[in-house]
Amino acid sequence: MAATATPNPKVNRIGLPILDYRGGKSTLCAGCGHNAISERIIDAMYEMGVEPERVMKMSGIGCSSKSPAYFMSRSHSFNSVHGRMPSVSTGAILANHTNMLLGVSGDGDTASIGVGQFVHMMRRNLPMIYIIEDNGVYGLTKGQFSATADLGSKLKTGVINDLPAIDTCALAIQLGATFVGRSFSGDKKQLLSMLKAAIAHKGTVMLDVISPCVTFNDHEGSTKSYKFMQDHDEPVNEVGFVASFEDIEVDYDSGSVYEVEMHDGSSLRLRKLQEDYDPTDKANAVKTLMEAEANHEVLTGVFYIDTEKPTFTDLLNMVDEPLATLPESLTRPPKETLESLMKALQ
Amino acid sequence: MATGDLALGQEQGAISTQKRVVNDFSINVATVNGSGSQSANSVLLKSIFGMGVPVSGKNLFPSNIAGLPTWYIIRANKDGYVARTRDTEFLVALNPETAKSDVMALPAGAVAIYEESLNLKQYRNDIVCYPVPFDKITASVCPEAKLRKLVKNMVYVGVVAQLLSIDLAVVEAGVKKQFAKKQKVFDLNFGAVKAGWDFAQEKLVKQDPFVIEKMDKTAGKIIIDGNAACGMGAVFAGVTVVAWYPITPSTSLIEATTDLLKKYRVTPEGKATFAVVQAEDELAAIGMVLGAGWAGARSMTSTSGPGISLMGEFAGLGYYAEIPGVIFDVQRTGPSTGMPTRTQQSDLLSTAFLSHGDTKHVLLLPGSVKECFEFGYESFNLAERLQTPIFVLTDLDLGMNNWMSEPFAYPEKPLDRGKVLTKEDLDKLGGFARYKDVDGDAIGYRTLPGTMHPKAAYFTRGSGHNSSAGYTEKPDEYQEVMDRLARKFDSARKLVPAPVAVKNGTSRVGVLAFGTTDFAMRESLDQIKKQYNKDVDYMRIRAYPFAHEIHDFVASHDRVYVVEQNRDAQLESLLKLDLPADQVVKLRSILNYNGLPIDARTITEEFATKEGL
Repeated sequence: MAATATPNPKVNRIGLPILDYRGGKSTLCAGCGHNAISERIIDAMYEMGVEPERVMKMSGIGCSSKSPAYFMSRSHSFNSVHGRMPSVSTGAILANHTNMLLGVSGDGDTASIGVGQFVHMMRRNLPMIYIIEDNGVYGLTKGQFSATADLGSKLKTGVINDLPAIDTCALAIQLGATFVGRSFSGDKKQLLSMLKAAIAHKGTVMLDVISPCVTFNDHEGSTKSYKFMQDHDEPVNEVGFVASFEDIEVDYDSGSVYEVEMHDGSSLRLRKLQEDYDPTDKANAVKTLMEAEANHEVLTGVFYIDTEKPTFTDLLNMVDEPLATLPESLTRPPKETLESLMKALQ
Repeated sequence: MATGDLALGQEQGAISTQKRVVNDFSINVATVNGSGSQSANSVLLKSIFGMGVPVSGKNLFPSNIAGLPTWYIIRANKDGYVARTRDTEFLVALNPETAKSDVMALPAGAVAIYEESLNLKQYRNDIVCYPVPFDKITASVCPEAKLRKLVKNMVYVGVVAQLLSIDLAVVEAGVKKQFAKKQKVFDLNFGAVKAGWDFAQEKLVKQDPFVIEKMDKTAGKIIIDGNAACGMGAVFAGVTVVAWYPITPSTSLIEATTDLLKKYRVTPEGKATFAVVQAEDELAAIGMVLGAGWAGARSMTSTSGPGISLMGEFAGLGYYAEIPGVIFDVQRTGPSTGMPTRTQQSDLLSTAFLSHGDTKHVLLLPGSVKECFEFGYESFNLAERLQTPIFVLTDLDLGMNNWMSEPFAYPEKPLDRGKVLTKEDLDKLGGFARYKDVDGDAIGYRTLPGTMHPKAAYFTRGSGHNSSAGYTEKPDEYQEVMDRLARKFDSARKLVPAPVAVKNGTSRVGVLAFGTTDFAMRESLDQIKKQYNKDVDYMRIRAYPFAHEIHDFVASHDRVYVVEQNRDAQLESLLKLDLPADQVVKLRSILNYNGLPIDARTITEEFATKEGL
């Protein structure tokens, strides 16, 4: 019998087809922004050729936090408790700093119940990609405002939000995260480039991704709806990313592009859309975000990047091997050590 | 001669002929918090230890940095009893604020040493008073005024040592050890000791019966506090991730652990084989412990009651998602903030069932510093073997006070890292189901993130899951996992430290106790024998879930007293849940919960009343 020639599936640089980056079937609502973000995560991990087994998918509780089940089934995943993804992630990376942390949280999980752990994680510059799937409402409990809902935005029931939003990006920049940006689940190109750059970054990447809730917050009067984002999305820069393994020469006017060299030799190219926006100027980044809020604009793009600051795991000066699997000879001091300790106590 | 200061006047002759009290009394040093008396107390304690006399020290201190009263109680006892006694016979009254009440609390025939200006003899004529011009003596040996507050403490060490006939060379060795390598500090401090000694020798006439005489009962023994011993246990268990939040009385456990890690767990290249993180709160601390345990590290935290309360939700996740981790709980007096610097055994119920839903935890209950060390390392083996958080419950009395002990033995068994599948295992097996009971011991196999096999990953969650770690809301799948967890808890009964049958003879009456109650319990049993000629059996519980020996012990006695240091009879409550109904009626309580460590006399009296002796 003649062999049927099957076309080789397309594979990435480590020889894996995109299928190996997929997850289970999503149980979120059709049209939910979170599903689009899961797709971009799959694309970014595939295109960057990340080994799935090296990724630790983390989450808290909420619609967003269910999503790690819907991408990268070959990665270990930890759906922890509400608002506590940062601490669990911290422990996990200390146990094995050769792995990569990818966390998916929501606006309630981050900015309300989890704001305490969130700020301390930012402060530590823990090496982690922290994604907020931000829709301004609690979905699983049927549509209450979250702390990122904008002042004056309206619930389906007609209730008006009378408290100011917490700007997680401004907070993250001020506290010490070293790669901070905002995107929109509906902007495939921008989100993919930002995620790929995030994979190349060493330190805390905090991405606030506006991700409309089609069931509870996609109506007239919502500031987190598809329509509102299409009308109000103001990119500060156009995000381009060239991975270290890509051999692409792009001609560009250096005056119009801010180029950042990443740790792994990749290049993040931020085309200036707003006049001379400098993503390494911390104070200006926060000021720009505050001004945008006053003008009812939703800024997107990479707001801040610092490729020099040591990460939390750098500061701990650990051995190169993962602590988790160090041999007993390195973790249990010898008998003589105990004997000398005992002698000193006599 | 300071004969004019003798409180007992004409009774002087009686005292000199009364029976000497050798190596069996307690010294109470009353000072002000922040006055730096700790080194002096330590030198005095170690001097008695150096005389070969069994000794224990208890710091009764306020929740305050400086200014409030502090008492340090040293008990010397030739028979080796180290529990607190109700009375102290030898008072060093250095705190003017409490001096009157301190002296009024003394039993007749006791001794008071005090700054002479306090004139304490006016309050009592049935004790021996030794007024000492502490300030004058201190000034003579310490020209630097700002150091005098500290140096004054060493003067009392000299006075006490002379009055008790402690060998001055032994005291000198103690001071040397305390100020190791700092010659100048040693000179100043020993100078003060010597000045106190000389004053006592020249100016005081010994009128009390208390003396320390050389024995050989401390040879080869060590002195250590329980927190340091727990920390040492953790280091010899190969702990790699430590996350914590400061809280009295557990802070020194982490400090001891960190000191040892820095000293013994750095590679020749200067790299750490550990990570210590001071977290933002106890929620984060336990979160880090579980994250690290999940990813394969030996992880721990240490806390006290309020921290335990905060850890509740995570503890349930650890139980249900089956993640190893070790939590040391150095219990203090609750509820709420309670008395943070006082002791209690009152977290038993809250830790046993910490978190919502059907959650049960394994508790280890060390009863000595030696067991702090042993359970300190064994807890990590159990955590990884059972894949669950293990709580090690000590208390402030054990954790923060100095105790004598046999030296700790090096753990002979290699580390038990539990059931972890490697890439090679997966190559052979082709896959695995995380929560499946393959071996019949109700413990599944796990993999660690970073295992380079396409079938290594599984999804960890606190939501309903089936034996393959998949999300479920199916009644039978949910229940299968819950039933297995119950069986796993039953497996733990055989793995945790077995109880110790301290005495199991033919008596119809037994007692059960755990932790620091043991010290007073043993002494009380001797008192009961001596006073009432009654033998009582005694079993010391060392872990929860309860081993079958505990059931047998209750079954083989008519009445069983459960002696513990809390108001609500928490150990008894746990036993009631575990024992068959016909056995439950045998249990009776003896409780102590005023914040002070339990003493033998309290147990003896209550036992005698309840037994109608």
